[in-house]
Amino acid sequence: MKRLFRKTRPDGEKLTAKTFLLPAAFLAPFLIGLILFSVYPFINVFLISFKEGYKVLTGAFSGFGFANYEAVVRDPNFLNGLKNTALYAVIVVPTATALSLLIATLLNNDIRLKGFFQTCYFLPMVTSITAIGLVWKWLFNFDYGLINYFLSLFQIDPVNWLNNPAYNLAALCIYGVWSMIPFTTILLLAGFQNVNPQYYTAARADGAKGGRIFRRITLPLLAPTIGLTLIINMISASKVFSELFPLFNGNPGSAYSLYTVVYYLYDAFFVQWKLGRAAASAVILFVIVLALTMIQLFIQRKWKHY
Amino acid sequence: MRITKRTILYAILAIGAAVMVLPFVWMILSSLKTAAEVNTTPPTVLPASPTLENYKYAFEKAPFARYFLNSVIVTVACVACTMFTTVLAAFAFSRLKFPGRDLLFSLLLSLMMIPFEMLVITNYQTIVDWKLTDNLLALIIPFTSSIFYTYILRNFFLSIPDSLYYSARVDGASNWRYLFRIMIPIAKPALATIGLLNAITCWNAFLWTVLVTNTPESRTLPFGLYAFMTSSGIRYERLMAAATIVVVPMIILFLLFRKQIVTGVSRGGLKG
Repeated sequence: MKRLFRKTRPDGEKLTAKTFLLPAAFLAPFLIGLILFSVYPFINVFLISFKEGYKVLTGAFSGFGFANYEAVVRDPNFLNGLKNTALYAVIVVPTATALSLLIATLLNNDIRLKGFFQTCYFLPMVTSITAIGLVWKWLFNFDYGLINYFLSLFQIDPVNWLNNPAYNLAALCIYGVWSMIPFTTILLLAGFQNVNPQYYTAARADGAKGGRIFRRITLPLLAPTIGLTLIINMISASKVFSELFPLFNGNPGSAYSLYTVVYYLYDAFFVQWKLGRAAASAVILFVIVLALTMIQLFIQRKWKHY
Repeated sequence: MRITKRTILYAILAIGAAVMVLPFVWMILSSLKTAAEVNTTPPTVLPASPTLENYKYAFEKAPFARYFLNSVIVTVACVACTMFTTVLAAFAFSRLKFPGRDLLFSLLLSLMMIPFEMLVITNYQTIVDWKLTDNLLALIIPFTSSIFYTYILRNFFLSIPDSLYYSARVDGASNWRYLFRIMIPIAKPALATIGLLNAITCWNAFLWTVLVTNTPESRTLPFGLYAFMTSSGIRYERLMAAATIVVVPMIILFLLFRKQIVTGVSRGGLKG
């Protein structure tokens, strides 16, 4: 400890109170906001999740225990939410990534109108989930929606996307894939930047064809980026929530069968005011995100040279 | 052979692009139609007699002008506050030397994985305790610090050579002066990227707005739009006009600053 305080800074100045005061002044506005609205609520949500018989208004509770967690994991709505969230992630993330890979591969060519195509493909990224969700609600409309009209051109009967619970998840997934493509394509295009173009030149000189080049060069070299993209998208898919509001008028699906983990959290907290349960489900969400993040870090470390 | 390949490439790209833009085009086209024309099969593509009635309705029957103003105020305030805290913190984490700096920074980085949804319970209670519900401040105050943006800007600051700092210090410039006179002008592109990403996130924020605002006076556009849907019934031509009002400012922003936004996103992803 003593040595630490005798240490001098690289430019030769002594370590004094001023050494800490100046950084403290620069960091204060940032840290105050962070402590009040990230660190404190993060710790508090763990506390609430273990408090039994928690009263919202008075803050009184009867003791610490696992009652909230037991209630949550026994709640059919939560299990339903867990199942739907997993299904949504497993369907949407690989689909969106595969389509984005196709788009990114095409956009990576030397093509005309590159800027125009990029604008088209990236546009959904900047728009409000609520506003564009409403547009999708209109596209999914049973009687006059554009999607059912297209289906009718192929002699397919109209699908009741939003009011038949059997199709609710499908509608959510279609919207989810569409909104995930821009972000994924951008990440993959950034990954392409790291692939040395000489590999392609060499492969072509050896007479390799497009498909072979894609399988033997593009895919392996892009693997770290693809892995990373999959995980980042899994994390965002595990928080699917806002999309439900415009599509199903604020309900979790037309028959309340399309709960998601975050919708459950919102419902327990803001509709039923069962804060203990909401907090317990929030902690479970955190554990899921944490596990996915660990995988992400693992991938990043393994392919550090990229 | 080469020509057909090119044709296929462009055909796939064009079809894909059409699917991606279709919702936007359909939104705008529908918003210009009359109620009778919207509900026809087969649907008409171009409005038979384009009308701005639906926009008029949105602005008259629901306070969309108010929502719009609120959105602008909240977005500008959020971006200004976040920029302020981010610049100072990024400077401290890149230029100032103090024991424990890098440890503190990596601790902060690990906080980045906390999902915002997890924090709303306590943050809501804080806002209620501070008697800020139904106040625009409630939409600004919790969002003034961003680890992600600080991380981006710190990395940018680190790429500015040390020698510049020391020569400025020798010339007698204070840290403060050095930051504002030298670093900020150099970091303009990074600042623009951060500001744009932040503005997009603020403009589109939904969940938190639902929690802390009850009256129309304090709503921002996305929640206002949702309330418009639940209160005035599903009339798609009107809803599409309202949705256009919400979406168009961000589309304009994107058309103007596509490169900066894309760079920012590829550097680490839009945090919702």
